[in-house]
Amino acid sequence: MSELLDRYAEVAGRDVVNHLYQLVAPLKGMKVVHVNSTKEGGGVAEILRKLVPMMEALGLDVKWEVLEGSPDFYQCTKGFHNAIQGFPVKLSEAMLEAYETVNAENAEKLRPVLEEADFVFIHDPQPAPFLNFCPNRRGKWVWRCHIDCSRPYRPVWKYLKNWIQDYDASIFSLAQFAQFLPHPQYLIAPSIDPLSEKNIDLPEDEIRGVFDQFGLKPDLPFILQVSRFDRFKDPLGVIEAFRQARKMVPLQLVLAGGGATDDPEGEKVLEEVRKAAEDNEDVHVLLLPPDAHRTINALQRASDIVLQKSLKEGFGLTVTEAMWKGKPVIGGDTGGIRLQVIDHFTGFTVRSPEGAALRIRYLLHRMDRLEEMGARARRLVLENFLLTRHLREYLALMIGLLHGLEDRIDMVQ
Amino acid sequence: MAEQAGQDDGKSPLTQPFNIRDCALISMATGYRAQNLREFKEGLLRVPGGSIYHHFWGRFLEPQFDEPEYSNDFAAWVYHRLNEKALAEKLSVIDPTDYEDIESVRQDLVERIEDRLYENEFVPWTRADEQFHFVRSQIVILDTGRYLEIPSDLPSGVPEMTIGSIFYHFIDARKRTEDRSDDFSAWLTGWGDTYNDLRLKLLAVDPFFSSLKELRFTVTKVLEEYFGGGNS
Repeated sequence: MSELLDRYAEVAGRDVVNHLYQLVAPLKGMKVVHVNSTKEGGGVAEILRKLVPMMEALGLDVKWEVLEGSPDFYQCTKGFHNAIQGFPVKLSEAMLEAYETVNAENAEKLRPVLEEADFVFIHDPQPAPFLNFCPNRRGKWVWRCHIDCSRPYRPVWKYLKNWIQDYDASIFSLAQFAQFLPHPQYLIAPSIDPLSEKNIDLPEDEIRGVFDQFGLKPDLPFILQVSRFDRFKDPLGVIEAFRQARKMVPLQLVLAGGGATDDPEGEKVLEEVRKAAEDNEDVHVLLLPPDAHRTINALQRASDIVLQKSLKEGFGLTVTEAMWKGKPVIGGDTGGIRLQVIDHFTGFTVRSPEGAALRIRYLLHRMDRLEEMGARARRLVLENFLLTRHLREYLALMIGLLHGLEDRIDMVQ
Repeated sequence: MAEQAGQDDGKSPLTQPFNIRDCALISMATGYRAQNLREFKEGLLRVPGGSIYHHFWGRFLEPQFDEPEYSNDFAAWVYHRLNEKALAEKLSVIDPTDYEDIESVRQDLVERIEDRLYENEFVPWTRADEQFHFVRSQIVILDTGRYLEIPSDLPSGVPEMTIGSIFYHFIDARKRTEDRSDDFSAWLTGWGDTYNDLRLKLLAVDPFFSSLKELRFTVTKVLEEYFGGGNS
């Protein structure tokens, strides 16, 4: 077993890694290419940084290519991103032209690698037109959508669909994100990497260090929400829940989020949050740099309860991260949170600040239940939402694609 | 566990070594969804049989909570999203192994829903973001190249199996074996009545309410108790 896979076996279980070896056997030596728009930053790069070496360790011949764009191109693809999430976005002819030109130029450079690959995974809309520029492709091409696509803005989706429909298959994160397309649509839920800075075990003194670092009181119960300062994450609702719970139990709240300086709406929300928190010394609003993974890890581990009181949510990986650390989560009753927060078992789903306040009080009153739910939460992630499961489904999909659409693919015969 | 065993050793086919298989599942969207009970019934009538199989059994190999209240996704949705507790209970008792084939399961599901629609003065419905999404799946079956030679190899062999192997041999087997049992029980019949007690204990393990890891643990415990107790 490779050293890398050995490390995952220690966390996820040896049987899980053995299963990956079984699965990869019929694919050994095959050429796989992943294409996305950046090697640094963002969830997709984070996943590929681990998925690619793991696929290599299993004996696949894997390449990770990155498309190089212009400012116009990125403006256009940012528009796509927002439109796929349902925001009405107007894209000019010039922006679309930049999008198509950048794709044509990049595809030209990468064509030999792409055309000889057995599998090509194109991540998100940025490189979606690559397929049309590779007429002599011999492998299977899959478009992987990492974005919440449940209610895309129709005019933009119709444009993108033209580039996507000729793929052999697409992958969406949840069934509710799948769109009508003339090819099979696979469903692969997101995952977290247990060995990343954000999720790795930390020494106790580093965890306790956040109390000094952020002026928190070590003897006061600590509730946390980690998220962008975005209305859909309902940070004001979290403060309201805190206020109501605080009437009955002593408590402190941390709202930790990344910088939102390039997002005017984000800045406005942050300002409102700061205003709502200013009269209470036990509400801490932390604006953390994008690479503060270890700090977030420590905050999650130091907290008693994690909230993700979103009004709308794609999957909610911050929920997965908190659960991995054995914390029960009080989450908004929406999107992928429902798949993870099982009411009364791994936490509670709520629809109002009042509901969140009630559950905070309950869990702090019943520490036995808090611990029990936390342990169940960790087990749910261990068995379902680690990177090893993500990789297993990629391998199963690759075998599936080689064998058509039948329900059972018997490789024993 | 032996890596490879000879097949031509004069044993009867039923006492041949047990070939350990493995499997993995990948889910696929069917495009069918339902927001109320009538749409749910229509969806059940239209989806491929594989989707019905998936919501009863395939779900074990995809992200799920290991202490489910109901034994299939249909019952869980009817209860949690439509608040139809009585119907959820009626759907939950359906065990696909009691039916001739998946089409008969489909027919019974639809009939139970139609009965409820007939009784009700309104059609139960839910919010747009709580719709039921019918999913199907592809199962990839693999040969591990490993074998169990004799039944007393089971207590050491089962704990080493992947959850894919547990799914294949303990759950998926119910649709393949003649008596709708698991593969271990079916293999034990090759030894005549010798392992009848063990077969009955394995058949008594209810696979509906636990994760595959827990199922592996439960089956292992049954095997250890049996062989550890000097019955072999």
